[in-house]
Amino acid sequence: MRKFSRQAQVLVLASTLVLAVSGCKSSSSTGAAAGGGTVKVGFMGDLTGANKQLGINIHNGAKLAFDQYNATNPANKIEFTDYDTQGKAEQATAVAPKVISDKMVAVIGPAFSGESKTAVPILEEGKIPNISASATNALLSKNGWKFWHRVLANDDVQGPGAASFLVKNAGFKKIAVIDDQSEYGKGLAKAVSAGVTADGGTVAVTDSIDPKADAWSSTVNKVKGANVDAIYFAGYYSAAAPLVKQFKDAGVTATFASGDGTLDQAFITGAGAAAEGAILTCTCVLATSSTDPAVSKFISDYKAAFNGDPATYSAEGFDAGTAIVKAVQAGKTSAVDINTFLATEDFKGVSKPIKWDAAGELTGGGTYIHRVKGGKIEALGNFQDAKL
Amino acid sequence: MSTRLSTLASRWDTGVVVRASNTWSRTSGRGRAIVYTLALLFFLLVVPSGPIATFMAPGSDWRTILFFPIGMFVLLALGLNVVVGYAGLLDLGFVAFFAIGAYTMGILGHDHHWNFWQVLPVGVALAMGAGVLLGSPTLRLRGDYLAIVTLGFGEIVRVTANNLDDFTGGPRGVSSIPHPPSIDSVKIGDSRPFHYGVLDARPYYYLIVIVIVIVIVAAKRLERSRVGRSWAAIREDEDAAELMGVPTLKFKLWAFAIGAAIAGAGGVFYAGQASAISPPNFSFEVSVMILAAVVLGGSGNIPGVILGAFLVAWLPERFRGFTQYRFLIFGALLVVLMIYRPQGLLPSRRRRAELVEGGGGGMGRMGGDVGSAEQRREVDE
Amino acid sequence: MSGFTSQFWASTIDGLTVGSIYALVALGYTLVYGVLQLINFAHSEIFMIGTFAVLGFFGILGLNAPATGFVLVLVILGALIVGAVASGGTALALQFIAYRPLRRRGASRLAALITAIGASLFLREIIGITQGTQRVTVKTRVLEKTQLFTIGSAQVRADKVLVIVAAVVMMILLDRFVNGTRLGRGIRATSQDAESATLMGVNIDRVVSTTFLVGGAMAGVAAALYLIFYENTSYDVGFVLGIKAFTAAVLGGIGNLRGALIGGVAIGLIENYGSSFTFTGAQWRDVIVFGILVLVLLFRPTGLLRETGGSVRA
Repeated sequence: MRKFSRQAQVLVLASTLVLAVSGCKSSSSTGAAAGGGTVKVGFMGDLTGANKQLGINIHNGAKLAFDQYNATNPANKIEFTDYDTQGKAEQATAVAPKVISDKMVAVIGPAFSGESKTAVPILEEGKIPNISASATNALLSKNGWKFWHRVLANDDVQGPGAASFLVKNAGFKKIAVIDDQSEYGKGLAKAVSAGVTADGGTVAVTDSIDPKADAWSSTVNKVKGANVDAIYFAGYYSAAAPLVKQFKDAGVTATFASGDGTLDQAFITGAGAAAEGAILTCTCVLATSSTDPAVSKFISDYKAAFNGDPATYSAEGFDAGTAIVKAVQAGKTSAVDINTFLATEDFKGVSKPIKWDAAGELTGGGTYIHRVKGGKIEALGNFQDAKL
Repeated sequence: MSTRLSTLASRWDTGVVVRASNTWSRTSGRGRAIVYTLALLFFLLVVPSGPIATFMAPGSDWRTILFFPIGMFVLLALGLNVVVGYAGLLDLGFVAFFAIGAYTMGILGHDHHWNFWQVLPVGVALAMGAGVLLGSPTLRLRGDYLAIVTLGFGEIVRVTANNLDDFTGGPRGVSSIPHPPSIDSVKIGDSRPFHYGVLDARPYYYLIVIVIVIVIVAAKRLERSRVGRSWAAIREDEDAAELMGVPTLKFKLWAFAIGAAIAGAGGVFYAGQASAISPPNFSFEVSVMILAAVVLGGSGNIPGVILGAFLVAWLPERFRGFTQYRFLIFGALLVVLMIYRPQGLLPSRRRRAELVEGGGGGMGRMGGDVGSAEQRREVDE
Repeated sequence: MSGFTSQFWASTIDGLTVGSIYALVALGYTLVYGVLQLINFAHSEIFMIGTFAVLGFFGILGLNAPATGFVLVLVILGALIVGAVASGGTALALQFIAYRPLRRRGASRLAALITAIGASLFLREIIGITQGTQRVTVKTRVLEKTQLFTIGSAQVRADKVLVIVAAVVMMILLDRFVNGTRLGRGIRATSQDAESATLMGVNIDRVVSTTFLVGGAMAGVAAALYLIFYENTSYDVGFVLGIKAFTAAVLGGIGNLRGALIGGVAIGLIENYGSSFTFTGAQWRDVIVFGILVLVLLFRPTGLLRETGGSVRA
């Protein structure tokens, strides 16, 4: 018996070594050199971490834009390289100088707000234009960064928009606002609470849940006791799905609402029937079906390329990619030239019109309302016009 | 095959390591000084150079990684080694002191515009104070009770930082933290070794190498002093030490405070380089990684601890192209290494002696003194 | 304050429910600690593997609607057994592959702790890679969450009753086992004084293996109840729960089985009462839990109930 377990140990050791060696191989082949006539664009975001699905959505959206461009046999092809940050600030810091030394001329990302704060200053010093498809922290545009852009509006736009819709259009007066203790969730919750009060509603309950645990009974009991009309949850779908179930199971009948972090089919898959009727706000429009030919072409192309519907931030990733494609098409191949060109761009993207102000924010971004109906997400339109 | 492996390991210990340490103990003071200088030059000049970088970190920026996580883990592991390796206290919340240092730098530097060098002593003092504050009531607890209390303290610090929005910035943390002031007049070739910008991380790396050297010298001196001997006594048998007149609580508190001070300094340096910090930087996983570094390398032995910290910080970076599996491999490596070298890769001589005697090296042996004949035999081998 | 009084009964019921799960998981920590003085960090992953096994079991059953009557009883019993076997088996495998070689070499407890941490990382990543890192949900509800009766102002649902009753039954069975069987007495003897136990003819290897098996099985039962109650799991579900359960074991007095029960229920109640106050909120929950733990340990350095003899010397 003892001999056997020793052998098992050696087996484990040997297989670990094999894994380790094959790891060396795969990593050494990533830095393939680019030939003439190529423009190198990097992707910075979460590809293997906790929120990798969001990162992959963005990545695929941008990749689609680049692949379609390369298929036209242009003078300068775009080569797309991945820099995985796992969504962590400290990883992004280690990766950003590599992006510069690898001579990328533009970056899709950094994806999230936290990593943006540490990585963008480095990209800024390396003078590399970067376009985030998902960082919504309002303060990011207040740093005076010249190379930073984003293709969606910030939390200070979404919060008041969501609140205005809930209070004015939907007629909910008593609202519970719950966040997931994350940077994104707390910022959005604060903006929603302020908006609700400003529009004449009451914030009856505020609470913060730990998204990694399921024991949210105290929050459920509080909301139930307060008898609210609606609940706004600022957080991601992985927590929103079980949370809305716990509310329904406890007999809470208030309408459940949430933000862009929850705007994903996975929310409905996770919550099942409890998701029905939920309101989802976003400064984006989730494109899963559209009458606009450009958008429906994007949807069918995306489906064909990645074997699945476009998901949260896919359209934003595509628009960010398109913005870079347009610059390269105009013959801009250096980082600084591309950045200058981005400032002059004005086009209709698949998610929204793209035109940047000097700080890198979109001009005229708004909040859009979605609703879960029949197990699907339907877009209801702008927060001012949408009706339940 | 497996027996050969373990004979190889024991031959390594009794052969190469012992011979090397014997040669070392015969080397004269001047000889040692030359070796130290050469080693320092190697770390300052050769390690951050280009060819090494492409091998060591194919997927990210080697110079940044040299500062964090590698340099920082080495510093933190040296700090935790004082607590775990010297005094034999199990601390599972070491990240708390790192966080206190970093937040001190963040809040004083960003909100009150203090200079990095002004914050450093304050950050160290606050972390030390927190160590004493946590330690004085809880160091009376033994073994695993101390472990859970320190774990709890680590979580309390992180959750509090996340909740006190007005003071710590909540989950947003603190950003735009000032870097240490640059001295751009010093130039070597076209590199500026004292330019603390964002792009080139080498100046931070030089800084942390110097801090590590200072900590090593201090730790060596402490280990050989009365304090160090008291720690060894406490580690081996606390009751006996107390009976022999060693004020155990006082010395345990010292270990705690010194460890905390080192971690606090690490925090100040980290915040000064990263320029933005937030609560997820200070999760329980960091405490676990640092502890793994200390034990993996060889608890109580400085070269071992440095090696352990380097491996723990570097391996996941090296296997970047293989990201999905890197923690899987790391976990498996920990298990396998502990089976073959439970005393660590480079154990200290004294700890090795303790292990053979059966004291289990401070925290006792697994299973108490379950004396199966087979076990005894293997220990005697 | 208003929140606390108006939700007192609801908080009590929810606290008892989640506390029962904590207590079942805490038993595994306390059993292993009692015999080996080892904090089995991988115990949280043993629990996690149980949840995935039960999830797979539900998938194979392929229910289209919540079960009722006799079928329901069979399904729940099946889930408990599947969870217990999967978790118990994992714990046993861990003991053979990772811990036994260490014990035979007389490794330090610190080395064992690092092994446990390594094993925990390994198990978590294996599931993360094969099952994905997103939450996975039970497709069809197994037990309808019907309201059975009310206590005070709170409704009591069938699933909460199931969790509490099942936990109590498991505790009674475990108590019977430890106090009433030869092997159980071996476990007690070993945790009180391992050396004397060996001299008295207790087979240590068997005792250790049994301890891992029983502790793992308890975590597996907890995993089945968790999945029936919360209806979802993920590869890192064990992390938060494991820390809570370990805290519960220490609060009650680690090494002491009844202590684990009291500690688990206490933590469940503290969490729910603590975050029901209007001025605290759920974000301070863990600070309250750990704060109370520190306070208790300051006045009772070995937990609420004294730990059993064996580990006092630690």
